[in-house]
Amino acid sequence: MFKISSEKIFPGDLIPEFNNPEAGAMVTFEGRVRNHNEGKSVTSLEYQCYKSMATKEGNKILNGAIKKFDILDAFCVHAEGHLRIGDIAVWIIVLSKHRDAAYEANQYIIDQVKSMVPIWKKEHYVNEEPEWVACHQCTGTHHAL
Amino acid sequence: MKINVEFFAAMREQAGTSKVTFDTSATTAEELFLELQQKYNFSLTLKYLKVAINEEYTCFTDPLKDGDTVVFIPPIAGG
Repeated sequence: MFKISSEKIFPGDLIPEFNNPEAGAMVTFEGRVRNHNEGKSVTSLEYQCYKSMATKEGNKILNGAIKKFDILDAFCVHAEGHLRIGDIAVWIIVLSKHRDAAYEANQYIIDQVKSMVPIWKKEHYVNEEPEWVACHQCTGTHHAL
Repeated sequence: MKINVEFFAAMREQAGTSKVTFDTSATTAEELFLELQQKYNFSLTLKYLKVAINEEYTCFTDPLKDGDTVVFIPPIAGG
């Protein structure tokens, strides 16, 4: 399942929900707000989502991962709203019988989320005007929009 | 025909609104964008955008129909 959350993400509260006795591996990824980007000091981030479509696209990605890899379950939550440095922007958990599939699927999911799910990021800086920025892997360039 | 348009990110700020219902003669998303561009003077041009009609990615040349919801998708930056 894919979710957009306007509440702070606490992995410790989520992990107990993923208790599958068939799973010999659990791989999680935590994307956090960092204090710098492209040479600028970042003070906070604002995520805006096209929530209904983001949820649909996110679920397509997770269902695709379940078909593509030998995994038992996959879940992703992405934050929306204003986040501080160190806050969790995205969290992904994959369960599988063996570890290789869980690692590969987790990497696949974050790559797909970054390229397909309609979520935008406004960076706030020290002494500069905030800017909407693009993921440079997705556009081939990093620039303010 | 009437098309619902939702704006996000920089386009929302430039349009000064999150959604409008636009009465248009545009037959494709590309034509619609060019009409909106004249009205709102967006900084992003078509080559930086994707488009979704009724929450599905689609082509700019696909036909529009009355009541569609169109979103021009600026470069995304999740994760």
